Amino acid sequence: MIEFSEEGKRRYQTILSHYPDKRAALLPVLTLAQREFGWISQEVAEYIGKLMSYPPSDVLSVATFYTMLHKKPAGKHHIDICKNVSCWLMGVYPCIDEIKRQLGVEKREVTADGKFSWDVTECLGSCGTAPAMQVGDRYYENLTPARVAEIIEKLRND
Amino acid sequence: MTRILLANIDKPEQASIVKYRERGGYKALEKALAMDQAAVIEEVKASGLRGRGGAGFPTGMKWSFVPRNTGKPTYLLCNADESEPGTFKDRILMERDPHMMIEGMAIASYALNCHLAYIYIRGEYEFVANMVQKALDEAYEAKMLGPSVMGKDFALDIFVHLGQGAYICGEETSLIESLEGDRGYPRIKPPFPATHGFLASPTVVNNVETLCALPWIIQNGAAAYAAIGTEKSKGTKLFSVSGHVSKPGVYEVDLGYPLVDFINNEAGGVPNGRKLKAVIPGGSSVPVMTAAECPGVLLDYESLLKAGSMLGSGGMIVLDETTSMPETLSVIADFYAHESCGQCTPCREGTGWAAKILKNIVAGKGKRSDVDLLLKIADMMEGKTICPLADADVMPIRSFVTKFRSEFEALCGDN
Repeated sequence: MIEFSEEGKRRYQTILSHYPDKRAALLPVLTLAQREFGWISQEVAEYIGKLMSYPPSDVLSVATFYTMLHKKPAGKHHIDICKNVSCWLMGVYPCIDEIKRQLGVEKREVTADGKFSWDVTECLGSCGTAPAMQVGDRYYENLTPARVAEIIEKLRND
Repeated sequence: MTRILLANIDKPEQASIVKYRERGGYKALEKALAMDQAAVIEEVKASGLRGRGGAGFPTGMKWSFVPRNTGKPTYLLCNADESEPGTFKDRILMERDPHMMIEGMAIASYALNCHLAYIYIRGEYEFVANMVQKALDEAYEAKMLGPSVMGKDFALDIFVHLGQGAYICGEETSLIESLEGDRGYPRIKPPFPATHGFLASPTVVNNVETLCALPWIIQNGAAAYAAIGTEKSKGTKLFSVSGHVSKPGVYEVDLGYPLVDFINNEAGGVPNGRKLKAVIPGGSSVPVMTAAECPGVLLDYESLLKAGSMLGSGGMIVLDETTSMPETLSVIADFYAHESCGQCTPCREGTGWAAKILKNIVAGKGKRSDVDLLLKIADMMEGKTICPLADADVMPIRSFVTKFRSEFEALCGDN
């Protein structure tokens, strides 16, 4: 049986206090759950459902709509690299190839050490500093294959 | 040119409330709080300010649709879900001058008699949301927010609400569904959010840039704002320009500024000695313009519409002569197929179908008849869905295919 950490429980109460209606807290609570448990598994959906009095299927129906909520395990560092127009124009594909070369896994797969996973994503709002990718809550912009290799190396030692 | 939104954007520590106030911040809120609520709405109406998220609907008029004394609370939702490809203007406002948005929200909330407001920020912008939260904390501390705003009998709470990756949640009814804790399925209108929005209560959804214009309008007066721009497009507008330009970035121009001047001056022109091929002036969903169509076109709602395109969000993407138009359209079509919420059949099926056809064409496996099929799919999607996402796919498909048809046909096998 899983449950939020003490800090997570405090955070949960704070989130609830921001809304006049409990249901409105569901997406932020799922975001918190992903931070605590890594991804939204059936078990997590059951826990959140019990906590907030919704059927797990209802919780999952919401979670599956939003691409940032992982529906399967992700690496400790999950890389989302933008493939939309401006990033594509500015040469994102050689950067994507570099990610693949560095990590040795396909998109949405996790490296054997559990440290990395990656995916392509849609516009990150970094079109003026393209190509761009996101790792956790950080953006990396003006990417080149060499810079991608550097960033991954740094994260590897993190 | 007047700088309203970016006036202080490059000044040191502008994000802090101390510097913001030193440079005149929160004076407009003070002024608004001394006015009648109705007078604030009238001022915004008279300024001619129009929604900067993409639709360009007059802001004051949107506010005036909100009924009074319904017995229900009124909510203000700041749309910071900036997701239209090519658009990155709200991000810079929130990162560098977040108090301008908070002051704008406080002014709007006062005018609308709203006591609880949310900033819906796309999940990818979590680092931006953290900066906004820091600014909100400062605003509470300085009593610009809370039970008694600036010592007046007016209470206001503002919370940040983080999305989790769904382009559609930038559509206002989808944003409301998402804020209510559901899948972001757009709603059928009417009823409009003005009467039945968040929790079935009167709700106004305004874009970040729209709200950021309010302090200046209140401080300098509607007439000063309306003196900028053209007859129907008042004030200034942010354009975020990217792609094949020497100086990509966010620029503020008076509405009515010439498109070609903007590309050559502000954006620094097309680099590497190459020629301009095409421009997507307002985010990936608006019709593409050929280089030949650009001279004489002004950056305002009416001029761009007359030229067959739209101002949209002001997310401009510039394409040079080396760009493959079928490939560009394929990238755009993939986006709309990925972001269709799946609620309406024409959009769910049409966006995916068009994306697959384009992939085939780009891979050299297409047929000439596929080019016409794309246009037929566009006809089958247009205006047949609850929200405008399908139309946002139709506009690039139709404009790319008709304006650059020979490029598509050249890739088809039965040429």
